[in-house]
Amino acid sequence: MAGRAEFSLQGRRSFYFALLLAPPLLWLGIVYLGSLFTLLLQSFYAIDEFTARIVPEFTLATYRQLLTQPAHVDIILRTLLMAVAVTIAAAVISFPVALYMARYAGPRMKALFYVGVMLPMWTSYLVKVYAWRLILAKQGIASWGFEHLGLMGALDKALEVPVVGGPSLASSYLGMFVVFVYMWLPFMILPLAAALERVPASLLQASADLGARPGQTFRNVVLPLALPGLAAGSIFTFSLTLGDYIIPSVVGAPGYFIGMMVYQQQGTAGNLPLAAAFSVVPIVLIGLYLMLARRLGAFDAL
Amino acid sequence: MTPAIELRATRRAFGDVVALDSVSLAIAPGEFFALLGPSGSGKTTCLRLIAGFDQPDSGTILLDGEDVTNSPPFARNVNTVFQDYALFPHMTVAENVAYGPRVRGVATADRSRQAHEMLELVRLGEFGARRPHQLSGGQRQRVALARALINRPKVLLLDEPLGALDLKLREEMQAELKGLQQRLGITFVFVTHDQGEALSMADRVAVFSQGRIEQLDTPRELYNRPQTAFVASFVGSANVVERAAAQRLTGNAQAFAIRPELIELLAAGARAPDGCVHCSGEVIDVLYHGASSRLRVLVDEYTTLAVARAETVGGGGSGPAAGATVRLAWRPEHAVPLQG
Repeated sequence: MAGRAEFSLQGRRSFYFALLLAPPLLWLGIVYLGSLFTLLLQSFYAIDEFTARIVPEFTLATYRQLLTQPAHVDIILRTLLMAVAVTIAAAVISFPVALYMARYAGPRMKALFYVGVMLPMWTSYLVKVYAWRLILAKQGIASWGFEHLGLMGALDKALEVPVVGGPSLASSYLGMFVVFVYMWLPFMILPLAAALERVPASLLQASADLGARPGQTFRNVVLPLALPGLAAGSIFTFSLTLGDYIIPSVVGAPGYFIGMMVYQQQGTAGNLPLAAAFSVVPIVLIGLYLMLARRLGAFDAL
Repeated sequence: MTPAIELRATRRAFGDVVALDSVSLAIAPGEFFALLGPSGSGKTTCLRLIAGFDQPDSGTILLDGEDVTNSPPFARNVNTVFQDYALFPHMTVAENVAYGPRVRGVATADRSRQAHEMLELVRLGEFGARRPHQLSGGQRQRVALARALINRPKVLLLDEPLGALDLKLREEMQAELKGLQQRLGITFVFVTHDQGEALSMADRVAVFSQGRIEQLDTPRELYNRPQTAFVASFVGSANVVERAAAQRLTGNAQAFAIRPELIELLAAGARAPDGCVHCSGEVIDVLYHGASSRLRVLVDEYTTLAVARAETVGGGGSGPAAGATVRLAWRPEHAVPLQG
């Protein structure tokens, strides 16, 4: 009797669990993973050159096209380099900010910083990108600022550097880099601050107590324990840069990025398999990045 | 002899709260010294000032005669065992222990040998390759101890070192700490709110209350000759009889403390022994403690006295129950006069 009562209670409980979990699981399974696999599937098809129709037969022709055409390889490398540069810059800029927020700011200052970091995210992404184009334009605020600080020479020098330079910040990779870093900075600061906040003060005291100077404590204790936050933040900045197609088309030099290529291939060019193959590239790169981060012990302290 | 640690009129306030109010004390080299008090009494603030995690608002702190009031923690020859152990989670046990020598620039081979020796000392020689989270609370405690001792500090500070351990382990660690201190001859200063721990381990105890030292004495003196009502009730839970009640009970307006085990429960009809102070009262409740029972007796309208009554072997013969009227007596020399 007791056994049966328990069983039915258990049964009812798992029924409620199923009821509760079904919608998110269906969403994740069908809408999310389902479409991802459909996309993956598309990349193994190819387009018929004459009819411009997708031939539903498995082939590696699209991937061959992706990896052998120099223009395509250039796009991948350009995007990858930008993502790496943006991630490094975001990490370097974020660390002191996050450290201050997590460890030194009083409650009011901390609230101010959190709001300050998140406030830009409440504004339309497009508005910010176009605003940056104006800021970085030849006669824009940025160059006005450089001029009044007497740094016009430095700006000109920077714009003369081959590849990253250009006629103005708004039409150079340098400008694009600045906008990317600005856009993704909150995604780096917030996980980093969260990770730093979780480090107990007693660990820092213990380090100093055992004879470590502040620099040693930072290297030996703070930095290793902040690595999971750094890894989380860099996954955001890295993947967001790899996938973005609006910033490269509004600000910067005319060279294509992966996101723009996906947009163009599935839209105007109508080459869905190539678009799919291009969108597999960031997935693979992020997978490699996660493996590397794991190998370097970024998740050990979790 | 120069004291290992000396505090001179040290004061520390946090906003309006005075955590430490002009405290002076001197701790001799090789002493096992306890800072005892309830939470918020200033004992931990005192320890943090000695370690250098905090600076006093005024006053001087000397270590071995040297003024370290404003020295950072890494410049003091003092090491700390933290309440939460504060082991580095991203390092192995051996790396944790070797941390002190590492930041002081000791070569890898030397420091791993030293770390192994320290782990042997705390009987954890086999555990060097583990991570802190793979150890039990007692083992972590010993790692923290090894890590703090590897630098051969002149003074070891322990912040509620046994607070997180269960009773049996705590008793084991008490003996172990005491033995370790005697072998190494290092000055141990430990913070605790457990009077039993302070009495059993320390050579001398400073009892803190509201940012001040109430009494600084050997455990024996503290227990037998408490000077203030606070010390009498906090250390060994003696009965504290205030002036007015004392006037009614003894005819003398002098506040005093009397231990529950020194109050005699008179048999019905028996005469109080000569020279004893005696009174009668009503039993409020009886708590059975195994070897003894503790009775609370209301002796007049405002005063209750706790009385310990030894249980007879075999548990036979129950004593007076709640509601019974009993007569109490104690020898006047057992009543310890209190200040104020």
